[in-house]
Amino acid sequence: MTLALKNVVKRVGADTHIYDTSVELVSNQFNILLGTTLAGKTTLMQLIAGLEKPTSGEVWFGGKNVTGVPVQKRNVSYVHQQFINYPHFSVFENIASPLRVARFSKADIEQRVGRVADLLKLTPMLGRNPSELSGGQQQRTALARALVKDADVVLLDEPLANLDYKLREELRDELPKLFQDRDCTVVYATTEPIEALLLGGYCATMNEGRITQFGETAAVYRRPFDLLTAQVFSDPPINIAEVTLNDGRFALNDQVGWATARANLTNGSYRMAVRPHFVTLEPSSEDSIKLEGQVLVAELSGSESVVHFEVDGLSWVSQSPGIHAIEVGKTTEFYLDKTQCMYFGENDQLMAA
Amino acid sequence: MKKISAVPIIYILFLMLPIYWLVNMSFKTTNEILGTFSLWPQEFTVANYVKIFTDSTWYTGYFNSLTYVGLNTVISVSVALPAAYAFSRFRFLGDKHLFFWLLTNRMAPPAVFALPFFQLYSAIELFDTPLAVALAHCLFNIPLAVWILEGFMSGVPKELDETAYVDGYPFWRFFIRIFLPTIAAGIGVACFFAFMFSWVELLLAKTLTSVAAKPIAATMTRTASTAGYELGLLAAAGTLTIIPGAFVIYFVRNYIAKGFALGRV
Repeated sequence: MTLALKNVVKRVGADTHIYDTSVELVSNQFNILLGTTLAGKTTLMQLIAGLEKPTSGEVWFGGKNVTGVPVQKRNVSYVHQQFINYPHFSVFENIASPLRVARFSKADIEQRVGRVADLLKLTPMLGRNPSELSGGQQQRTALARALVKDADVVLLDEPLANLDYKLREELRDELPKLFQDRDCTVVYATTEPIEALLLGGYCATMNEGRITQFGETAAVYRRPFDLLTAQVFSDPPINIAEVTLNDGRFALNDQVGWATARANLTNGSYRMAVRPHFVTLEPSSEDSIKLEGQVLVAELSGSESVVHFEVDGLSWVSQSPGIHAIEVGKTTEFYLDKTQCMYFGENDQLMAA
Repeated sequence: MKKISAVPIIYILFLMLPIYWLVNMSFKTTNEILGTFSLWPQEFTVANYVKIFTDSTWYTGYFNSLTYVGLNTVISVSVALPAAYAFSRFRFLGDKHLFFWLLTNRMAPPAVFALPFFQLYSAIELFDTPLAVALAHCLFNIPLAVWILEGFMSGVPKELDETAYVDGYPFWRFFIRIFLPTIAAGIGVACFFAFMFSWVELLLAKTLTSVAAKPIAATMTRTASTAGYELGLLAAAGTLTIIPGAFVIYFVRNYIAKGFALGRV
């Protein structure tokens, strides 16, 4: 079923939460809303669910305008970031709740709940109360309730954000499988670019109440149409620098510059963006551009080193595989992969990548 | 061995002493109370209690009190529930002011309202009925119940409401099937406070009744003044007035502290 928003605007008092937004989500796929907190992801999902009414504009499910249809009649399900279950119901009753309201037969309820519980490994917990479950199991219960009713649209609002690392990975791996054979459109909100990439599907990057770009997740990542999208879809934050193009040569400053074969660009100044993992401690090829900078902060994770450094008052982030000995305050050499630079021109629109 | 501190023990003895003395007196004859000083009854008697449970002028007092207190508790809490829900879930013009204004009703002594209530109820023939007292007590119990319930309700994430709507629950079904059980403790506490304040309120209860709906507290004061000093009987009656409160408090004992903080802990 196709899900479309047509010129949807949401204002609360003097604040605009969603600016004029039109988007057609892709059926039977993960549609990821990626953006920082307060980007409008939750508001957009509530508009889709019918928990909020748009100030203007329309919401379409399939070929039907459902803008005025109350949430109870939309056949959607919604999983929140917090683990929301009915505290005085058993896990079984929690999962069965949408079916009970819809007056399914007893045998039907038992069969459906049993199947979903199996899928989410909740079968041994069916008799317990939600308060007796771990966080992961509580969120599984909420997911089971969202799955059991065969909703047309499943809205997952940062469902993994409150889980610890291990459980998050485990559930994230299961999620796409859970929805694989279901005839439903999944909308998934997250603040983490990596999560979006892992889930794949389609992605809408959001910033301050606007969708900046919508397309296949990998494509949005590789070719952001504007600088804002590139910024939203990057963690650690993407490096941005002013460069000037003069007769086939980009200059970052007086010392650093590189030749380019891009003939379509006219001379002038551009904003260059490059992802942190293309600025490394070791050159990736002979063509790498050397940057000398003073180290501000060094963070080591198990498999990579993230180093913040400064060149001429401009701070950069470098992300290199492996563990390196980095001395804070010391001038260190970094290598920029010039083939991975993206150039943005007027209005921060992508000119070349 | 654990060290036992003297101060709390003295404090508890100090608190319990009047209650002990009341119970002590209730098992004595009036003569013993007036004649001798004794730490426990010399001639143990239950005659005082027997009189209360057999004499209709006494036990109807309890019956009347329990009737209007029960009525008041039911009215206060059931009216306060939707109001508290509105305050906890919706933003509307002047909501904060209105919410605070509710509590200012508690700041005037009930005596101020005795005369208007008396006049009003006489005019509409509500005077001397349990309903008169029950409604009058709503004046301070509804705001209190709204405050307590709002605190408990705000502790429930609004996402629970949304989940229920998504599941297909219409509002009232959600409210009764999902929401009320979730805040059961808060309802218990609100009931307790409504019960307690209505039970101990004397002035309005006395002013708005004469014979048919006379509360127990009124019975007690009148007996003391007209029939001489029936101290043993009075003590027994007093002891019995403690029991309903103690009984109700038992059910909400784990939530009382939260109730005193108006549900905001």
